[in-house]
Amino acid sequence: MQFLLLIYSSEAEVAKISQAEMAAMHGEYFKFTEEIQKSGNYIGGNPLKPITTATTVRVRDAKRVVTDGPFAETKEQLGGYYLIEASDLDQAIAVAARIPGARFGSIEVRPIRPIGQAAQA
Amino acid sequence: MDFEKFHREESGRILSTLIRLLGDFDLAEEMLQEAYAIALQKWPTEGTPANPRAWLISTARHKAIDRMRRNQRFERKAEEIAKTSEIAARPESEREEEMFADDRLRLIFTCCHPSLPMEARVALTLRTVCGITTEEISRAFLVPLATMAQRLVRAKGKIREAGIPYRVPLNGELQDRLDGVLLVVYLIFNEGYLASSGDALIRRELCAEAIRLGRVLCSLLPNQAEAQALLGLMLLHDSRRDARVSADGELILLEEQDRSLWHREQIQEGTGLVESALRRGATGVYALQASIAALHANAKTAQETDWPQIAGLYDVLLRTHPSPVIEVNRAVAVAMARSLEEGLALLDELEKREELKEFHLLPAARADLLRRLGRASEAAEAYRRALTLATNDIERRFLQRRLVEIESQRDAQL
Repeated sequence: MQFLLLIYSSEAEVAKISQAEMAAMHGEYFKFTEEIQKSGNYIGGNPLKPITTATTVRVRDAKRVVTDGPFAETKEQLGGYYLIEASDLDQAIAVAARIPGARFGSIEVRPIRPIGQAAQA
Repeated sequence: MDFEKFHREESGRILSTLIRLLGDFDLAEEMLQEAYAIALQKWPTEGTPANPRAWLISTARHKAIDRMRRNQRFERKAEEIAKTSEIAARPESEREEEMFADDRLRLIFTCCHPSLPMEARVALTLRTVCGITTEEISRAFLVPLATMAQRLVRAKGKIREAGIPYRVPLNGELQDRLDGVLLVVYLIFNEGYLASSGDALIRRELCAEAIRLGRVLCSLLPNQAEAQALLGLMLLHDSRRDARVSADGELILLEEQDRSLWHREQIQEGTGLVESALRRGATGVYALQASIAALHANAKTAQETDWPQIAGLYDVLLRTHPSPVIEVNRAVAVAMARSLEEGLALLDELEKREELKEFHLLPAARADLLRRLGRASEAAEAYRRALTLATNDIERRFLQRRLVEIESQRDAQL
């Protein structure tokens, strides 16, 4: 099965992290990514730019409505993701728990629905 | 052969093996129903097979394979065909008892997976592991049948769609996951033991099921001391079942219970389990509560209760697992161990806490200490306060009775 691991954290809190700590964190992410590449779990993944860079697009009555945001009103924002292959939810949870950001923010684990399979549950 | 009894005792086991073999909760349930229907027709005339369990599993499995093959004729999907042949190839029974035991444990861990909402874990465990009908579960939890059925459908859907595995967690995760399983078992027990209303028979059944689950866990995971402690705790509480409610359904407090009605053999077994769990180093919430329950259960009379030790255990519980119930119980234990005034002072402190404002056990406990101190008018006032907060019918009747007693006492004092 494939799972998307969505990494949420508070951008306000992340902004307070010192440069040295941030460098250490990057090192951890690099190491973690390498590990899950070796174990065969890794399919893809990227960090995202902060939510201030986000744009929201909607189409209503065939008209395109483009706005800024979403705004950082919620406590935690989506900051990055991994797409992984795992045998089941327990393995996906085990991988998610090793993401460095799990110690500060939270990781949402979502199974990927294969195209053509009906949406259920 | 008593078909009903067989169904009750064996369904959970048979179903857990079928779920593994078929890889699908709903299919397993449906095919087991069909197998039962065939058994009901065949067994009375042809005789009960030597191994009814194996017969049902094999019949249900073949029904499933037939159905899957039939469906494939219409939609020849490679994936479906591969799945069917994989299921058909799975060995049915190696060492039978071992297989059943492993399947049962797998099923319990799957039903209690932390990714399911707690109420779904409880319902699914009762339905699937214990074989209790959806209708009975809905009555026990005072939830409309359709709501309970929907809850079960959603839970099974999530197991399938989210990839919740059908296996016992690996060593590193076992401890955490077992804590979650024990909590589900304890919730089932408490629902039976403390439930505010509902069918008394079904509530007793819930206690019995929780104890049965506790036994299964202890026998399958013999090295888990907290599981032993939980089983001990449940047995000790349940040993008082015939003494805690009078013939007309009134609540009888521990100190006023007829101790000859307590089930001695259950107390012995529970105490033995607690002692063994403590020897193995259990210090968790169940071990502590079970130790307290064992001290109560082994006191020959209410006066001989070892209150100092109970108060000490509540101190530890309060540090490790703080909760309003523990706070109040600890104050009562201090009142009984040292002095009523000291316990009352602790309760007065608790009354100042905002989060305990609506907690009916607090004024009820105060009322009792005031009654013991002979301060009748204050006691009456506290009973009235407790009555405005209590929702459980049995508890309300008890408080009402005490209020009437204390008011007549007060009037006599005047």
